[in-house]
Order: sequence, then C-alpha cells, then structure tokens
Amino acid sequence: MPKLIVCAKQVPDPEAPPGSLKVDTSANKVVLPASISPVVNPYDEQAVEAALRLKDALGGSITVISLGNNLQRDVVKKPLSMGADELILLEDPAFEGGDAWSTVTALAAAIKKVGEFDLVICGRQAADWDAGQVGLGLAEMLGLPVISLAQKVEVMDGRVRVERVIPDGYEVIESSLPALITVSNELGEPRYATLKGIMAASKKQPAVWTPADVGLDASQVGEVGRKSKLVRLFQPTKEAHCEMIEGESVEEAGTLLADRLRTAKVI
Amino acid sequence: MASPLSVLITAEVNEGNLSPITLELLGSARDLAGKLGGQVGCALLGSGVADVAQQIIAHGADHVVVIDVPALQDYLSDTYTSVMETVVRQTDPEIVLMGHTSMGRDLGPRLAFRLGAGLATDCIELDIDNSSKQLLATRPVYGGNARATFATDTHPQMATVRSKAMTPLPPDPSRQGETVTLSTMPDLTVGLTLSDRVKEEVKGVKLEDAPVVLGGGRGLGGPEGFQQLDDLARALKGAVGATRAACDNGWWPASSQVGLTGKIVAPDLYIAIALSGSSQHMAGCSGSKTIIAINKDPEANIFKESQYGVVGDYRQVLPAFAKRVKDLLEK
Repeated sequence: MPKLIVCAKQVPDPEAPPGSLKVDTSANKVVLPASISPVVNPYDEQAVEAALRLKDALGGSITVISLGNNLQRDVVKKPLSMGADELILLEDPAFEGGDAWSTVTALAAAIKKVGEFDLVICGRQAADWDAGQVGLGLAEMLGLPVISLAQKVEVMDGRVRVERVIPDGYEVIESSLPALITVSNELGEPRYATLKGIMAASKKQPAVWTPADVGLDASQVGEVGRKSKLVRLFQPTKEAHCEMIEGESVEEAGTLLADRLRTAKVI
Repeated sequence: MASPLSVLITAEVNEGNLSPITLELLGSARDLAGKLGGQVGCALLGSGVADVAQQIIAHGADHVVVIDVPALQDYLSDTYTSVMETVVRQTDPEIVLMGHTSMGRDLGPRLAFRLGAGLATDCIELDIDNSSKQLLATRPVYGGNARATFATDTHPQMATVRSKAMTPLPPDPSRQGETVTLSTMPDLTVGLTLSDRVKEEVKGVKLEDAPVVLGGGRGLGGPEGFQQLDDLARALKGAVGATRAACDNGWWPASSQVGLTGKIVAPDLYIAIALSGSSQHMAGCSGSKTIIAINKDPEANIFKESQYGVVGDYRQVLPAFAKRVKDLLEK
C-alpha cells in the first residue's frame, strides 16, 4: 500500500476579483484586503485529489506538508477533511519571504525526516507566485525521478504510470518508485470535504516543525535562504478604454458591433 | 570559444522547424548580449535537427552547440536535463534562457536546481541592470494582478520566457557563426520510459497561429454554445479557445485552453464571449491586438480589457453579430 506525501500551500484566494489586490511598492509587498481570504492552493488540492484516488484504489496513507507562517488551521486542515491522514506544518517566522530555493530546502529536509515514502505529489504551481518550480526542484534536491503536469496517476507493480499533459494531447510516462509527480488542472475537480471528514479533521492535531526540527539553520530558509532577489514589485497601469456598442435591442447591438469592427478595419 | 558567452538559449524544433519561441529568445538574447558585450550561444537538442543550426545563426546566434542523437528524439525530462547541464558547464554562460513552454516548464526548474542557479519563470521582460550587469527578469505574479522583477547573484542566472513576449530579429543569412559539439556526452540511460503519446486531432487553424481567436467561457452554459463559436470561427478563418472553467467542464478540448496554464495566443482579434476575463485567462490572451467582449454582466472584468464591447446575452447578440460579420466578409 503506497505511502504518499502531498505538499500543499496556503495562498490568498485566486478567485478573488481581479484588481482587489494592491501593492506596497516601497516595501515590495502585496497588500491583501480583508475580503481576500486564504485557501489551499487549488493546484495542490488537485494533488491531494490525485493522492486520494490512489488511496481509494490501493489503500495506503497520505501525509500532507504545508510550509509558511501564521497558517490558518481551518484552511490548512482542508486536505485532512478531504481524507488525508496526517498533516505536518513547517511553521515558523523564519520560513517567511522564501523563494522556490528556500522552500524546497525546507520541504526536502521535512520529507527526509518523514522517512519512507513511495510518491511525493505536488501541484503544478502555486496560484500566488505562479512560478512552478517547487515540485521539480524538490525532485532534484531529493534525487527522485520526476514526471510533471500529470492528468492521471496510477500505481501498479511497484511503478507509477502517469498521463502527462503536452500541448496537443498527453503522453504516458512510467517511472520506478519512489518518485515525484506534479499535477495539472486537467486532473479534474478535487472532491468536497465530507461532514465525517470535517469531524475527523477537527480532532487531528497537526505536527508543527521549525527549521531546527528538520535539521536546518534559520539562515537556510525563508527570506535569507533565497537564491532570487525581489528587486521590484509593481502593478501595471491599464489605459484600456472600452467603447460600448448599444442598439435598440441587443441583437441590433450585435449587428452594430460587426459594423464598428469593419469601420475600424479590424475585420 | 574565444569570447565570453553572455547568453545561452535552448532551441525548440517542432517537426523539423524552429519553433517561434526560439526566434523570440534569440532576439532577446542578442539584446542582452549587446548590453553585456558578449556572445550568444544556442543549445540545439534533438534527433535529425542539425539542419536548422544555420537558421539559428541567421536569427542571431554566434555559436550553436548541436547534440543530435536518437535518444533526444522526444523531450524526456531526465535526458534533456543531463544534456543541458553538460552544455551549460562546457559553455559557461552568464545567462541561460529557455521558453516557458511544455519543455521549459519542466526543464527550467530541474536545470536551475541541479546547477544551483536562481531562476525566474514565465518572464515577459528581460533587461540588464546598468551598474550590477545582472539580469533583471520581470514576470506577472498573483495571476497577472502584479509584476515582479527578480535578479540573482548565482552563476549562471536563469529565466524561462513567455511565448510571444519577445521580438525576433529579421533573419540575416550572411551572419557568421560556428557550430560545435559536446566534448563529453552525459549518460543518457534513464529511469523514465515514454510508452505512448496521444494526440488530439485539431481541425482547421491551429489556435496559436490563428489571426482571429474566439474565446468562450463558463457563461456559454455548455458545449452547444461552443458550436456557435466554431461556426463563426470558420467564417473568420480563426480558431476557438476556451477558459479553464469551460475546459474543466468538458465543453471544449483541454488542448484549446487559453490562459496561464494553457495556450498563449496573441491574434489580431480576440473575441471574448461569455467569459469574465479572470487574470488566469487574460494571461493567455492579453497580447491580442484588439479584444472585443460580449457579456451579459456590465461589470465583468473583460470590458476593462477590451476595446469594443456589447452588454447582452450571447444567445441574442452572437447570432446577429455572426450574420453581419459573414455578410461583411462576403462583400
């Protein structure tokens, strides 16, 4: 029965209306209005879903690892309420302000501490910084084979078989275990938490690990452990002006829109 | 190589032809190398690809490192990462660039972590800092709601670049360059096996190349709405794309998803129908020359991104619009 590890990040809700987010350019920091609440990164929820489908078919266990500071328990516990077994929080002020490199350093140390596993599953990217580096970087740092952008993950005969999304379809790639998989949105909707799951999750206490707990110095993680320097954070200015086409009826507006495109030489 | 290599790019070849992203990377690499006073190199990996080396030189490279072996026929994470690691160690560039494509999304982070290099992915702007001479790599973050410029103290510095963000140079067939091979080849035996490749048939114009793209969203309400878009797309010799929500619902093939995690299109005309214009989606089409929107919600974000718009239910607006467009095209 496979032992699965899923990495899941808490991010500001990416479905929040565009434009509600502001940037403090003097501090190079994003300012989130109170209306944007934190959620589990949607791609990571799909990684949890991929793990749950394997567990449904084969049994086994799912350990979720989340890294950050001030993690909201009701948010980061969501994978537990979906059906994951254990939650480990890498939570410490020292983890703040990290990049892919310092995040991977901490996650790799935590995974080594967890010990034996068959698969590490990550979302393809986090919906806040959208870099898409952590899963692949983690595989490099742990020396694992990696298959990215999975739309389907199966384990059989001690191997993992993955349908990997490519621009014009998908390819089927197999690897020995242990391995690391990143999951793409084509995997499909993650399941809802059940009431039973929510009850079970509320009783579970996550393990909380600091850098020292995973054998790291505070200088290796978070902002000081970065490889990339954030030089500038800003918001592009938009000068768009939309010419609204109106008519006696909406049908007429449709006709007039075509006419307008012709006079503007667009068609 | 006599003079220092400022920028190394990774070429992509598709069915014997250089991919547009390669020409875009060469254009950007020439600009950066000019500011650093060094040369441009290009790694050309594949099987039966050596023929395009001359084209790569014509588009701006000084050196092409050709690794033309059957084992590199298809992109496979392990083999490409090992070969690129060897190329970077042999050529010792300041900067390594590749496309933020299916290949670069996988290869970029692996190579960066193997080399211990700082990497900025999905960049839309690259520049050199005047005083530090470091690469300044700018990329959209928070779903396109903000932009971040990164630099790094590592050697090399790495970036993957979004399609259609950079401008290619016109080819100059008289440009001189050299082709070289690798002095030592890495071990290409791998643990991964590629057992099958399943292609979705695309009828009509390819989405990325279409001069007109019709994009449909959740508001279409089902696959029937997409048939209407497809019908108009044929008349306009265009293609149909869809938002992630519509693809995830199975209304249109996932391979035609436009957005951050799908295809990037930059047509002359993008017709956004019954889609709200989320940042996720706009990341895939904001480079379009003209965007028009049909949406029943006057507050929809798509109107902030469009030059022309009609507020109304697409079921009423689109048939009238399509009919007039067809009439006008026949004239």
